[in-house]
Amino acid sequence: MVFLTRRATFSASHYYWNEAWPAEKNQQVFGRCANRNGHGHNYTLEVTVAGEPDPATGFVVDLKWLKDVIEDKIMTAWDHRHFNLEVPEFANTIPTSENIAIAAWKRMEPVIAGAGGARLDRVRVYETAEIFAEYRGEQ
Amino acid sequence: MKAYFGRRYSLSASHRLHSDALTPEQNRNAYGKCNNPHGHGHNYTVEVLVGGPVAQDTGMVVNLVDLDALVRAQVIDRFDHTNLNLDPLFTSAVPTTENLCRVVFRLLKESLHKPSQAGWNLEYVRVEETENNFFQCFDAGPQVSIA
Repeated sequence: MVFLTRRATFSASHYYWNEAWPAEKNQQVFGRCANRNGHGHNYTLEVTVAGEPDPATGFVVDLKWLKDVIEDKIMTAWDHRHFNLEVPEFANTIPTSENIAIAAWKRMEPVIAGAGGARLDRVRVYETAEIFAEYRGEQ
Repeated sequence: MKAYFGRRYSLSASHRLHSDALTPEQNRNAYGKCNNPHGHGHNYTVEVLVGGPVAQDTGMVVNLVDLDALVRAQVIDRFDHTNLNLDPLFTSAVPTTENLCRVVFRLLKESLHKPSQAGWNLEYVRVEETENNFFQCFDAGPQVSIA
């Protein structure tokens, strides 16, 4: 089994807010992230697929194809967007790094599984160089 | 839904790789420049990954404020700007980065047993000694409890 990772970067804004809570609790739990005007990050997405190299090509997947999947499923929807206001899966879900990793998985996994080659192993989302979250599917 | 949250921290410390069980010549052979009697230092990066369910109300595996407080209390405040050889944990263990990595894993794992941190699990500790070498621990090793 070989694991192959493709990295991509996008920039987006978000804020953390739980509508079920009073403002005071939101501020207490989420701190500066609760600013309703939002703030932004340069995110780095790492998409890892796993499989055996194809005997004919030596590829686990064609990297160009994986790049296009990321472009089509993630970049066009998320790059230079506001997660809370413009991205449908965050209409009622707080766009934490954990939830962004899960959402990225859900956007890409059916396409990668449908191609019949490598499987999606994990998605890692760096919010900054020091903060990241990862999702590995249902475990 | 289980997910993982990772965080990277910096700490600077000095160490000398030297074993009392070896002769001076054996120490020089084993550790080379790292056996310099006066020690030397590194800017270490400690990467911590925790795993657990994503809480519905916060969207988080762990609040980074809580994780930061834990790592600061257990690891950063203890080792940052110190000589690792003088820490009681390294009186009988050479402060290689393998051993530092395991010590950090144990320190964090032991504090995670407290009920206040229930719900998330320590997945790994990775310690980068320089940009070119790093070490990773997924368990506490044979000795579960530390002094």
